[in-house]
Amino acid sequence: MTPFSYLRARSLDDALAIDPSRGDRLLGGGTNLIDLMRKGVEQPSRLIDVSGLSEGIEPSDSGGIVIAAAARNSAVAAHPLVRTRYPMLSRAILAGASAQIRNMATVGGNLMQRTRCLYFADAAGSRCNKRDPGSGCDAIGGFTRYHAILGTSPSCIATHPSDMAVALSALDARIHLAGTGGGRTVPAADFHLLPGDHPDRETLLAPGEVIVAVELPPTPAALKSTYRKVRDRASYAFALVSVGAALMVEEGRIEDVRIALGGVAPKPWRAFGAETALRGRPATADAFAAAADAALEGAAPQPGNAFKIELARRTLISVLSGLAEDLR
Amino acid sequence: MAIVVNGTRVAPPDDPRVSLLDLLRDRLHLSGTKIGCNQGACGACTVLVDGKRVLSCLTLAAQVDGRSVVTIEGLGSADDLHPLQAAFIEHDGFQCGYCTAGQICAATAMLEEIAAGMPSYVTEDLGADGIAISRDEIRERMSGNLCRCGAHNGIVDAILQVATEKVA
Repeated sequence: MTPFSYLRARSLDDALAIDPSRGDRLLGGGTNLIDLMRKGVEQPSRLIDVSGLSEGIEPSDSGGIVIAAAARNSAVAAHPLVRTRYPMLSRAILAGASAQIRNMATVGGNLMQRTRCLYFADAAGSRCNKRDPGSGCDAIGGFTRYHAILGTSPSCIATHPSDMAVALSALDARIHLAGTGGGRTVPAADFHLLPGDHPDRETLLAPGEVIVAVELPPTPAALKSTYRKVRDRASYAFALVSVGAALMVEEGRIEDVRIALGGVAPKPWRAFGAETALRGRPATADAFAAAADAALEGAAPQPGNAFKIELARRTLISVLSGLAEDLR
Repeated sequence: MAIVVNGTRVAPPDDPRVSLLDLLRDRLHLSGTKIGCNQGACGACTVLVDGKRVLSCLTLAAQVDGRSVVTIEGLGSADDLHPLQAAFIEHDGFQCGYCTAGQICAATAMLEEIAAGMPSYVTEDLGADGIAISRDEIRERMSGNLCRCGAHNGIVDAILQVATEKVA
C-alpha cells in the first residue's frame, strides 16, 4: 500500500475539504477501498474518514425516509420503517456481502463502490479502460460469467456490484449531494453512468461533491415488494442476476409497478420499459412474460454470459408472479 | 485517544496503513485473530468493535481510535471457555482450527443480532418482532466465515446448542 495520510472528518465541512485532484478520497467502511488500495488499484494520498458523520435514519416530512450517508448497511436493513415500508430495500441489503461487511459498509460507500470485474482489480496483469483509460479491455473475450449484458460499450462490460443500489433505483430514491458551492438532489436511477467511451466516469458526482443522504419517497407500491438474488452459491456471492420489484394491483389491474435488475449492467438497471408494459394491464403470466421481454430488449451478451438473458427473464417472471400471488 | 483492546488501552499506530488485524497480531501479539485472505472474503479475521462483528483486515487501526475491540482472547481462555468455545469442542466445530476464532467472534455477535430481532435474507416475515432461530438462519448469518476443512455442520450444531440454551 502506498503511503497516505488519514483525517477523521468531524463535520460535513471536513468532508467538503476533499480535493480529488490532489489524491484525496473519502473513506466509509473501507470494505472496498482498503482492498483496492492493497491491490494497487487505488492509490490515494489522503483518506478523509467520513464513517463517523451522521448515521441517522429518520421519517421525512413528506412521509418517506431520509437515510444519512454514514448509516451502516446493517442498520438500514434492520430499521423498522425500512422493513415494513420498503421490504425490497431490506432484502436487497441483506442479500449483499456478509454480516461483517454490512456492519462496516456505509450507504454512501455502497453507492460509490467499484466494480468487482477481475480484470479491473488485476492492476499488474490486465488492461482496463476503467482503471487506465484508453488501455483496452481484457474482459471482452475473457471470462465473462459475471459481466454485463445490457448497457455495455466497446470500452467496458463490467457490472455494478451493489444490491442496495438496485433497490434504490427501483424505489425512485433521491440522493442528496453537498458541495462547497451548495447542495443538489439527483434521482438514484441517474446517479450511476453507463460506460460509453469513458468507463472511468462512474457517477455524476462532481469533483469535490459529497453524498450526504438518500431519501426514499412515500411509495405505496413498495409495501408489496421484494428482492431476489441468483448467484453461484446460496449466500455471500455477487449476483449473476438479481431482481428488485414492487407491485400494486387494484381490481385486477396493475396500478403501479417497479422493476430494477442487478448483475446485468454497468449500473443498477431500472427496467422502465417493462414497467410501462405492465401499468394498467391485468397481472397475468402473459403480461409478466411480455414485461420480461421488454426488460431484456437490446441485450448484447458475451459468449460467456448469454445464459443471463434467460436467467433474468425467468427470475423476473417468477418474482412478479410471486408478488401477484401474495396480493390475491 | 486510544483503542481499547480487550479492556486495555492501546495507542493507535503512527502509520495509517496499519490494519486493525496487523495491529492485533504483529504489534499486540494477540495471535488468536487469524489472517486468511486479507481481502474480506473469508472471515478468519473477524473481531468485535463496539460489540459488532467486523473484518479486521479491511479496518484501518486508525478508524477504531476511541472504540472498543474484543478479540477471541477477550471472549474466553483455556481455563474459562466461552460457551461457544465449549460447544465448538463438543460438536467438532473445527478440524485445523484456523477459522475458529473468527467463527466464534462472528457467532457471538450473531446471537446478539438475533436477540435484537435483526432479520436476515432468509427471514420470511420482515415485519415479525422476533427471529425464529433455525439451521437455515444460522447458515445464512454465518456465510461470511468460511471453513476449508468443511466443519460447517458441527459449527451450526454448536451455535444452535448455545442459542437454544440461551433462550431456555
